[in-house]
Amino acid sequence: MVVNKTASELQSLLHSRELSVKELTEATLQTIEEKDKTIQAFLTVTGPEAIAAAEQLDNLPDDKRGSLFGMPIGIKDNIITKGIKTTCASKMLENFVPVYEGTATERVKDSGMVVVGKLNMDEFAMGSTTEHSAFQITRNPWNLDRVPGGSSGGSAAAVAAGEVLFSLGSDTGGSVRQPAAFCGVVGMKPTYGRVSRSGLVAFGSSLDQIGPITTTVEDNAMLLSAIAGADYRDASASEKPVPDFRNSLTGDIKGLKIAVPARYLGEGVDPEVREAVKKAIGVLESLGAHVDEVDLHYSRYAAPTYYVISSAEASSNLARFDGIRYGYHPADAKNLNEIYLRSRSEGFGEEVRKRVLYGTYALSAGHHEDLYERAQKVRTLIAQDFQNVFKQYDVIVGPTSATNAYKLGETIKDPLTLYANDLLTTPVNLAGIPAISVPCGFAEGLPVGLQIIGNHFEEAMLYKVAHAYEQATEFHKQTPPAREGN
Amino acid sequence: MNFETIVGLEVHVELKTNTKIFSPAPAHFGAAPNMNIHPTDLAYPGTLPTMNKQAIDFGMKASMALNCDVARVMNFDRKHYFYPDNPKAYQVSQDDRPVGANGWIEIEVDGYKKKIRIERVHLEEDAGKLTHSDNGYSLVDLNRQGTPLIEIVTEADIRTPNEAYAFLEKLKAIIQYTGVSDVRMEEGSLRCDANISLRPYGQEEFGTKTELKNLNSFNFVRRGIANEVERQEKLLLSGEKIVQQTRRYDETTGQTVLMRIKGSANDYRFIDDPDLPEIVIDEDWIERVRAEIPELPDARKNRYVNELDLPAYDAHVLTLTKEMSDFFDETVKAGADAKLASNWLMGGVSEYLNAEGKELKETPITPAGLASLVKLISDGTISSKIAKKVFKELAENGGDAAVIVKEKGLVQISDEGTLRKVIGEILDANEQSIEDYKNGKDRAVGFLVGQVMKATKGQANPPLVNKLLLDEISKR
Amino acid sequence: MSNFTKEDIQYYANFARIDMPDAEAEKFATRLDTLLEFSDRLKELDTTDVEPMTHPLAIVNVLREDTPEDILDRDEMLKSVEDHEDGLIKVPNILD
Repeated sequence: MVVNKTASELQSLLHSRELSVKELTEATLQTIEEKDKTIQAFLTVTGPEAIAAAEQLDNLPDDKRGSLFGMPIGIKDNIITKGIKTTCASKMLENFVPVYEGTATERVKDSGMVVVGKLNMDEFAMGSTTEHSAFQITRNPWNLDRVPGGSSGGSAAAVAAGEVLFSLGSDTGGSVRQPAAFCGVVGMKPTYGRVSRSGLVAFGSSLDQIGPITTTVEDNAMLLSAIAGADYRDASASEKPVPDFRNSLTGDIKGLKIAVPARYLGEGVDPEVREAVKKAIGVLESLGAHVDEVDLHYSRYAAPTYYVISSAEASSNLARFDGIRYGYHPADAKNLNEIYLRSRSEGFGEEVRKRVLYGTYALSAGHHEDLYERAQKVRTLIAQDFQNVFKQYDVIVGPTSATNAYKLGETIKDPLTLYANDLLTTPVNLAGIPAISVPCGFAEGLPVGLQIIGNHFEEAMLYKVAHAYEQATEFHKQTPPAREGN
Repeated sequence: MNFETIVGLEVHVELKTNTKIFSPAPAHFGAAPNMNIHPTDLAYPGTLPTMNKQAIDFGMKASMALNCDVARVMNFDRKHYFYPDNPKAYQVSQDDRPVGANGWIEIEVDGYKKKIRIERVHLEEDAGKLTHSDNGYSLVDLNRQGTPLIEIVTEADIRTPNEAYAFLEKLKAIIQYTGVSDVRMEEGSLRCDANISLRPYGQEEFGTKTELKNLNSFNFVRRGIANEVERQEKLLLSGEKIVQQTRRYDETTGQTVLMRIKGSANDYRFIDDPDLPEIVIDEDWIERVRAEIPELPDARKNRYVNELDLPAYDAHVLTLTKEMSDFFDETVKAGADAKLASNWLMGGVSEYLNAEGKELKETPITPAGLASLVKLISDGTISSKIAKKVFKELAENGGDAAVIVKEKGLVQISDEGTLRKVIGEILDANEQSIEDYKNGKDRAVGFLVGQVMKATKGQANPPLVNKLLLDEISKR
Repeated sequence: MSNFTKEDIQYYANFARIDMPDAEAEKFATRLDTLLEFSDRLKELDTTDVEPMTHPLAIVNVLREDTPEDILDRDEMLKSVEDHEDGLIKVPNILD
């Protein structure tokens, strides 16, 4: 069956015309239909649109077929898809059909990929389990009683379950990397400004990045090359040229200087996770890398800083959802205030309302300076911390998450675990730097992710290290039970 | 007790760009509702602002023309409030780093000159337009959403309604000269709010102020302030307190009316907009923009008075709009006498434009045309009466006055022989009038002059006719 | 420790136009207390001479030419609008 093949295997079948894009698309849609009954990763499956796109692609001559040609892809439901419902997993946008195209989606299509549907997430990307979706609970393909992580849980689960080989997620405080780790797939959070945010429904505008989720580092590199780069619609998108990231997949990391922050393997990190990561570091050393322990002093302040800044920006970004021009509109509202209050209270879930409220508080007179501006200053310190390390080291390595995937419905109460989790992912967003998560073993039979962090615009370096590691190990070849059976 | 009036103005001016400040939708007045819109203007999820370079240039240009310091580093901030004409529920504006600060303009009013300081000039986006209807609904048109604005905030330096009027007149002229706005109050491209308070003479601190809105013409600003001052004065004299509130001027009653009391303070929760990178302005950029600023009204006024010997009044009126002033300059350049050209522009031309409801550029009159007319008057080729006829022709069909005069045979008759002949004929036919004149009825001469003018179709040189007529009568 | 009263929550909720009946307000008060206590850690740091970070990348002067493009079709726009009339978006004119 085609769906268990790798992207490059599929490419050669498409190239030799042994397989048509339409056949591949149909097979993919069928797989989704079967597997998603249990995984529940997709909020919308775009069957007819995908088939129509596939038929058009089949007419393209060889010279118009790029390296991602014909590949099915799922898109997180906070990334705008013109003509296709984009809900942010919120009642607020339950029926919202965008009339314009997002840049990432446009580039995905331009590269010949076929969008097969929209993926579940925590509402407005606020959460780390995908349980905050207004519509459905997505399961971890490795264990159906576990969460896939979040907020890009649908994107990671769909790839892990073999429903698609490619998906897009978004990462504001770890939302691509953590679910990638929980589901045993590869997830990249690019440098802030590497991928246009035009078409990404804003959560924290100074933190958000779209990132690819795939089964292999090579696929990931290809997808990022396709979606990255300057965009006239996003003033914060960088003009930096985008290399073909596949060129960096040399396997050679001899002499690489790796920093391991002591705190990344400290309190709150599950012992099995710690072991898996330590072994992974050993693998990198055996490949010729030099490893030192370092101190990232300010990372212990990252989580509170992140909550203040992301909530403040969210309170601003989500103010536009007022029930007037689009989105949830309360029936029989008698006056303007009732439209505002009811659309925003009935349309937003509790987690969203909490963060909007906290952000509103942080920006209010009397707290603006003490909370919001202070957090912005601490953010500077956190970013400087990284810059100091990158003066001497090529990459920073640690776990992506402090634990393996949580049980469904489980509330993590241990403050040390919560703290360790936020400490591992949020500083990267605060500093605007890139980081990738690759599978590096198992804890209690559930995947563990190795996080590799680099300096601004050093994605090529991250892919090189991640690829070298991946090729030296077998973890990426292990597939979850939910992927079997085709 | 006597009170001193304290007024500060906040003036919004729409910038005349092709597109909006943060989206590439067209920004022009008069399109059908919701046709000039871009996804960003609707605040669709996932849309982002992009910065219009022209709007930044215009903001800088206006700031310089108003003698402001131009920011070297500036940014845009989000100002949060919910309203149906504000789709993002925040307005992108400039809070602590405006494009211009510490400026001034000089006004001349009631015979004295005075500088009004400008605290700041900041760039921001306009809101959409909300039209209230009677059936319980309001209608939202987002064409105006995102139109670039500058807000000009004065210090509380204005002391009389006339000063406010003079300030606005001057401000309008300056902005109009720079070309960054049409500054048409009737189209909403210039809007003004006034902050008004009173304090006893000699008192240092300001009294409680009220904000006056809905001032739709310079005259309403003047009357609105006067009325509000009167209202506050009455309250203070009867021992009452002024409540901080927003009022609007009712044009029909001439009174100010309460809109809302400024109760629980607005909390706009400003944040530096993360979607819009900082703007760093270097010397080159400033100089490039400065070079585009034309001679401003004050400079022109001085030139007219000092170099062209125009009365100050003429210089003031001619420089109120750049169009008129440019036209005057061109007319003089084409060889017209400055004072005569000024008289015509302020007199005949303005009367014609007012009567027709037109602007100069909408007529076929050219500076060369007007200059040719003025020259014919100066050298005595035509009388002022004929000049009016020629002007009418110029205003309607354009052309050159000399050609019109020649074609229509309107040249003034100043030849004594020709005139004496006509006068002789008129005198022959009007023996009774000669008799009357000799009996002391001076009016009879007027009648006879009229007859001569009639016989020459108005082309006779009137002073000469007068002189020759008396001479001929004395011979009889 | 409790930082937020029910009334505080209702005060801030009003800015955000979020309906906040008493029972809800009490629930949110507890949750925001937790977040606020968490943020107290930031007060350990002396940030006096630290510049606030507002944009992650030091890019400046990203400007666009003044040329119209990507104009939205009004009928497309109106599709998502609940209430409209003659191309205009309809809202109640009574505030509350």
